[in-house]
Amino acid sequence: MSEGSDVSRAEFCAIACAEVFRGDGEVMASAFGTAPALGARLAKLTFAPDLVLTDGDAALMVGAPALGTPLSALTLESHMPYRKVFDVVWSGRRNLIMMASQIDRDGNQNISAIGDWARPKAQLIGVRGAPGNTINHPTSYWVPNHSTRSFVEQVDVVSGVGYARAAAAGPPATRFHQIRHVVSNLGVFDFETPDHTMRLRSIHPGVSVDEIVEATGFGLVIPAEVPDTRLPTPEELTLIRDVLDPKGLRDREVKG
Amino acid sequence: MTIGFGGWGSRRKPMAAIRAILRSDLTDLTVVSYGGPDVGLLCAAGKVKKVVFAFVTLDSIPTDPHFRAARQAGAVETMEIDEGMFYLGLLAASQRVPFLPTRAGLGSDVMAHNPSMRTVTSPYDDGEELVAMPALALDAAVVHVNRADASGSGQILGPDPFFDELFLGAAQRRYVTTERLVPTEQFAAEGPIQTMSISRLLTDGVVETPGGAHFTACVPDYSRDEAFQKAYAAAAGDPDSWTAFSRRYLELDEAGYQEARLEPTAAPTGGSR
Repeated sequence: MSEGSDVSRAEFCAIACAEVFRGDGEVMASAFGTAPALGARLAKLTFAPDLVLTDGDAALMVGAPALGTPLSALTLESHMPYRKVFDVVWSGRRNLIMMASQIDRDGNQNISAIGDWARPKAQLIGVRGAPGNTINHPTSYWVPNHSTRSFVEQVDVVSGVGYARAAAAGPPATRFHQIRHVVSNLGVFDFETPDHTMRLRSIHPGVSVDEIVEATGFGLVIPAEVPDTRLPTPEELTLIRDVLDPKGLRDREVKG
Repeated sequence: MTIGFGGWGSRRKPMAAIRAILRSDLTDLTVVSYGGPDVGLLCAAGKVKKVVFAFVTLDSIPTDPHFRAARQAGAVETMEIDEGMFYLGLLAASQRVPFLPTRAGLGSDVMAHNPSMRTVTSPYDDGEELVAMPALALDAAVVHVNRADASGSGQILGPDPFFDELFLGAAQRRYVTTERLVPTEQFAAEGPIQTMSISRLLTDGVVETPGGAHFTACVPDYSRDEAFQKAYAAAAGDPDSWTAFSRRYLELDEAGYQEARLEPTAAPTGGSR
């Protein structure tokens, strides 16, 4: 058995999400989806201990409890109702992983509607806080179903703002704008290219470059050497399996 | 008429007031809401001209199928904005200023889809050009709280007061519905001073409506009625189901609704009652 061959795809996704928070100090980590929630907690218990996690309701909580821990069992440290969340967003002291129904090569994200906005083919949840989040603090995305339907040439509604759009809007928009990573069930992507278009950063072991190209609706920047998404350390694997997600919620989101 | 509703998603929505509007001849409404089933019900009933929103969600169900149907049929106009812009719009109206500046919205399609939205250049040395979020002035607002007194002071016992104060502040006519009308002296026994967050300076009328947020969550009094919410969402599936749902729950007065939703066979899709 080769090294790491017992690590599941969902566990690589959790590691990739944890890496989004590397280097962060005392900022509010917000994470939507199972792999991001797992990643933020894993980062806090290992290399980003000063992260501040939300309880998913109206408070900041102590430590990094297991996924699915009931609200009543959490130890809270501060009140964080929605109105105060905006104070944090606009102060920039936040690092966020949102989900994306569509994402494009410039890092624009769509959670508003599919098709013509005036009369959409499919109404989604709405832009939510994506415009303000992306323009105020680092934002990353989690896409558990990488396909040509989610990785598209151009999103139908720009909810989260990507690099070209921010640049066009000028310095007030670019000042605090950073799209860090896009993590999908196939690999990790970033915008560390001269024109800030999407680049393949790493591949989850078991996935091929061809598979990723096939599932992406635009031309990715693909470096000559693409590394694998890193292996979890034994300590991280124990934390994921025994401490943070003993019920295996991660396997319901990503198979394999 | 432009009307705002407190709460957030499927949480602490003034549902008794929504049901009353469904029975009334009010129509052609511009609805301003951190949207949940308030928006969906009014859309399903054809009461809505325009929705001002950042999202419409049922929380445990990602989107409201009735709002979705209205949008996909092109049946409602929309002003879709960032949820922080929404907050600033209510705050501007509350403070009687025409707009508040913000970075939120820059570069996004919120600007493209709201062509009347303007930017403003800072008059100071930084010279930054920011979004000028216009005041969201309301003709009327309704919020639902856990406790209130006869003078219209309100107490929110759940963990998040949301933006209820600002909805009231932004409105000309301001109404509070409450789980329980109590003597003012009782507030202190219910919760600390911070829970007494709706001042009577912000309210014109108060109505006691026990179960008035049902089927949305109104913690700590009750949590969301997930089974009922599922039945509400499923009824969007076809016109016959919606007619049956409406007859059973909505074409009744509030007392009839509260009785119907407690029947053992209520909310057939959920089965958790």
